[in-house]
Amino acid sequence: MNTPLKRTPLYAAHVKAGARMVEFGGWEMPVQYSGIIEEHRRVRATVGLFDVSHMGEFEVEGPAALAALQTLTTNDVAALEIGQVQYSLLAYPEGGLVDDLTVYRLAADRYMVTVNASNIDKDWAWVTAHGAGARWRDISGETGLIAVQGPRAEDLVAGLADVDARAIAYYHFARGKIASVPTLISRTGYTGEDGFELYLPWGDTEPVWDALLDAGRAHDVGPIGLGARDTLRLEMRYALYGNDIDQTTNPLEAGLGWVVKPAKGDFIGKPAIERVRAEGPKRKLVGLEMADRSVARHGYPVVRDGRRIGEVTSGTFGPSVEKSIAMAYVETPASAIGTELGVEIRGQARSARVVKTPFHPSRVKK
Amino acid sequence: MANVPAELRYTKDHEWAKPEGKRYRIGITAYAQEQLGDVVFVELPKVGSKVTAKQSFGVVESVKAVSDLFAPLSGEIVEVNAELPNAPQAVNEDPYGKGWMVVIAPAKADEWNELLTAAQYEQFLSEGH
Repeated sequence: MNTPLKRTPLYAAHVKAGARMVEFGGWEMPVQYSGIIEEHRRVRATVGLFDVSHMGEFEVEGPAALAALQTLTTNDVAALEIGQVQYSLLAYPEGGLVDDLTVYRLAADRYMVTVNASNIDKDWAWVTAHGAGARWRDISGETGLIAVQGPRAEDLVAGLADVDARAIAYYHFARGKIASVPTLISRTGYTGEDGFELYLPWGDTEPVWDALLDAGRAHDVGPIGLGARDTLRLEMRYALYGNDIDQTTNPLEAGLGWVVKPAKGDFIGKPAIERVRAEGPKRKLVGLEMADRSVARHGYPVVRDGRRIGEVTSGTFGPSVEKSIAMAYVETPASAIGTELGVEIRGQARSARVVKTPFHPSRVKK
Repeated sequence: MANVPAELRYTKDHEWAKPEGKRYRIGITAYAQEQLGDVVFVELPKVGSKVTAKQSFGVVESVKAVSDLFAPLSGEIVEVNAELPNAPQAVNEDPYGKGWMVVIAPAKADEWNELLTAAQYEQFLSEGH
């Protein structure tokens, strides 16, 4: 593949700020500005801004919208009130995952779903093929997205919004203006801190970014790259599609059974997932803590008594927990908290232990 | 432009070597640590082990990546930086000082002359490596 990399409306702002740009899912994105650990700590301590405009958004509307989403996703969309957000999954008939996503109920018969940037084309083909009857519109190219995350995010966003952002509950949203730009203000995130995700018109993303940086100086704000986005989500054990979940993983082994609602009726993948539930998953996604600071990375074998029993899906040094941490699929008997395992790093089994997750306590506003 | 002290010699893999009497102190360059980003783990050989020029003698891990350390010179490891396991950030903060990796007693005196001078290394960097 040799297609040119796509750029978000903030590309020039990132370059000007001295960000190191890398390829991610077909996009040219900032991996870091000042340094991953410093940026990570800023989000835990004060507030950081993330450009996530590369994420995809689809709108779906009409009398058949609810039925289409109920068929496509594993969670119960009928439980969503207008103004509410839901984490969910798109499953294949075999029980593997097309993607993970959030579902927004915009109006009685109108919804928006937010999907991973690297899956936009695949997801679009999937939802329009299997969610027929509803009117779908891909608004990814006209929607900018800024995440404002950290303990000071509420002060920062509330100070620039013309609606009461403090009153927006976790996994809810409101429409208002941020720095005079019409915005969907969503109390969601991918860091484990309180915060918001701001959906904006593509062309108005940069003035809002600048306004947030400007007003945020009083709150010690800074831009945060994809590197720290990854370490922050990993400390929370949030799954990343393509690393921890994919077409070959079912929701139950991934620990995502809480967003599978068989009582709602039929949905794609339900029989396969229910079969796994009845038999019990053969492997489970667990949190690992390394005994030393060596980093267990994606694809490294997990061993027990000299036998390979699993594989690391994500790993890093966790700047807040100050330990080397990882997520790994391991055979179910080895998944109990406290189990001593090894991770094969450069041919040598290094000690690791199954630990409770999240690795770092969540501070989202419940 | 990255900091390249004139008195050191360099490899194309971005290690530096500094003569100290008959031994050489070894580390990675300012350019290398900047490319790696935050260093979180360093794996070094034991004192007494033998290393060969251009061969891997250890590993440095940053949050995002893992990189081999290549020996600028053949010889015996006579000292390792015992502070690095607990304070790997020294590699970022002070790559030519507190962030040193090992001290080598060289087996072949002429290998030093094959290393890049500071001017040659700067030229190498400016070519976009």
